[in-house]
Amino acid sequence: MSYISVNDLKTQYKTQTGIVHAVDGVSFFLEKGESIGIAGESACGKSTLGLSLMRALQGGIVVSGDILLDGKSIIKMSESEFTKNYRWKEISMVFQGAMNSLDPVFTVEHQFHEILKQHNYTGDFDKRIAEIITSVGLNNSVLKKFPHELSGGMKQRIVIAMALLLNPKFVIADEPTTALDVLVQAQVISLLKKLKKEGLSIMLITHDLAIISEIAEKIGVMYGGKMIEFGSSSEIYKDPKHPYTQGLLQSIPSLKENKKPQYIRGNPPTLLNPPQGCRFYDRCPHAMEKCKKDPPKIKTDSGYVQCWLYE
Amino acid sequence: MEEILSVQNLTKYFVTKKGIFSSSEKIIKAVDGISFSLKKGEVFVLAGESGSGKTTTARLILRAIEPDSGTVFFDDVEIGKQSKNLDKLRMQCQIIHQDPYAAINPRMKISDIIMEPLEIHKIGTRQERKKMVIDALQEVRLEPAEEIYDKYPHMLSGGQRQRIVLARALVTKPKVIIADEPVSMLDVSVRAEVLELMRELQEKHGISYIYITHDLSTARYLGQRIAIMYLGKIVEVGPIDEVLLHPRHPYTQALIDAISEADPENLNRYKEIRINEPLDADVYQGCRFRSRCPYAIEKCKDEPPLDEVGKDRLAACFVKID
Repeated sequence: MSYISVNDLKTQYKTQTGIVHAVDGVSFFLEKGESIGIAGESACGKSTLGLSLMRALQGGIVVSGDILLDGKSIIKMSESEFTKNYRWKEISMVFQGAMNSLDPVFTVEHQFHEILKQHNYTGDFDKRIAEIITSVGLNNSVLKKFPHELSGGMKQRIVIAMALLLNPKFVIADEPTTALDVLVQAQVISLLKKLKKEGLSIMLITHDLAIISEIAEKIGVMYGGKMIEFGSSSEIYKDPKHPYTQGLLQSIPSLKENKKPQYIRGNPPTLLNPPQGCRFYDRCPHAMEKCKKDPPKIKTDSGYVQCWLYE
Repeated sequence: MEEILSVQNLTKYFVTKKGIFSSSEKIIKAVDGISFSLKKGEVFVLAGESGSGKTTTARLILRAIEPDSGTVFFDDVEIGKQSKNLDKLRMQCQIIHQDPYAAINPRMKISDIIMEPLEIHKIGTRQERKKMVIDALQEVRLEPAEEIYDKYPHMLSGGQRQRIVLARALVTKPKVIIADEPVSMLDVSVRAEVLELMRELQEKHGISYIYITHDLSTARYLGQRIAIMYLGKIVEVGPIDEVLLHPRHPYTQALIDAISEADPENLNRYKEIRINEPLDADVYQGCRFRSRCPYAIEKCKDEPPLDEVGKDRLAACFVKID
């Protein structure tokens, strides 16, 4: 049995102009200790997927599908049970741009205390906070500081420390390196690599496939609300199946090889009342008549691909 | 090759107060005596982290802010306070900003946005201007140009908007375009498209670029020469392949270490970045990179000069790394 399995998850937002199909039939699974990278461009539903797993959707609802954690459904569970046993204790999240939402009028220490109090932590507060601060490579002096006294990289580490405070086994990190400088970005990745080695499972949501390769054993590529390809990272990097995955990989310029980056023509689709058929139809170099119908999930060596080419 | 733009000893310090009520002042040396030149038809990359002074350099060249000292020569004419030279510079040297959502006025039609520089510089009649705008739109491959002409910015995607910004820069037929992080806000799949377009225009019209970025991979694709900036100083300059494949300054080395390539083998590899945690040292004393440098020696308390370290290559470091 997998540690986490997501089955045909559909999350929607109702708006005045119609229903936004942000996550539309996403499935994947993860074994204990494994990490997954969710790749895709802006507005492909990757953050909504993360928020669905955390049950932290604002204005959105999971309309169908299921999320199983150790075989137990966290969708069907009551809100109070999820909060009591799972939220922050089993699954936690580093939200996108979280480092900018530290409260400016309280010290870092105070903000750590708040989390522990909220979750009725019974152990020694100061000891736990000191432990976690060291594990993200900071020293205790940051605790007495206010957020404005810290650099971006330090704030990001603090937000990661907060997510780890109650010892969860699974952390969702939504764009944890965007808006950081190149060097700081690399340090945050090294930190995540270290935490992963210590047994943490990470779900890394990012548009940067290079960063995913540092952390994830599995990759899910999302496009227009669908997970169009899922598999092991070695399969996805070495033998990408879906034309979108291929295009995305070819569009990354390389520092070491002097190859010309390619691009994908056209624009990503809107998720508001999307039409039938493959979402990538307009931009796909291999589009055929059949693609106007929804493509089936076709099994690959380590996962699946949603594309008529492999029927 | 002839030089189209050259910058000598450009300096700009900003003075900030430490608190609202305190009288003590803090000086930020945003750009501190930098010199470089841009050859005709070349792409010169200015790379570095945020706060290294890249964007300030761009603004100083265009005289959007006054430099404290230093000179800028454009087409062999010194750009000073004389408005005649300044007008020429501002017509022939255009800038592309980072954020295509903020760089264009949402209430103006695409046609008006691109036509504005022509009106400011009083080029052509109404009919001629219209044709120039259509030409510029076709140049950046926004088709059908006649349809885009009457649209508003909100109807376009990020990549299309950035091409509008490029069209606006092109319409005055500039010799130099300063591109300040032109693709960092765009989705990965459309980045290459904008870069390729910039490269085509360079070849077709002989436009020279100053490409400002923190992304060394796109820099290598587009550029011929590169200068690495750190806290207002240029620490290394040279032909791009040589600098990025055989860096001579520890800071360049750290920047290259930090880059991940999409490679599944990375998973089992330890990621080493050869850099120390910054200490709260006075960064303007001696070598500015000293407190983060893993190779720092006693001598680094003096400021290292930008010396020649190879053919066309300069580096400001006392330690010779290899």
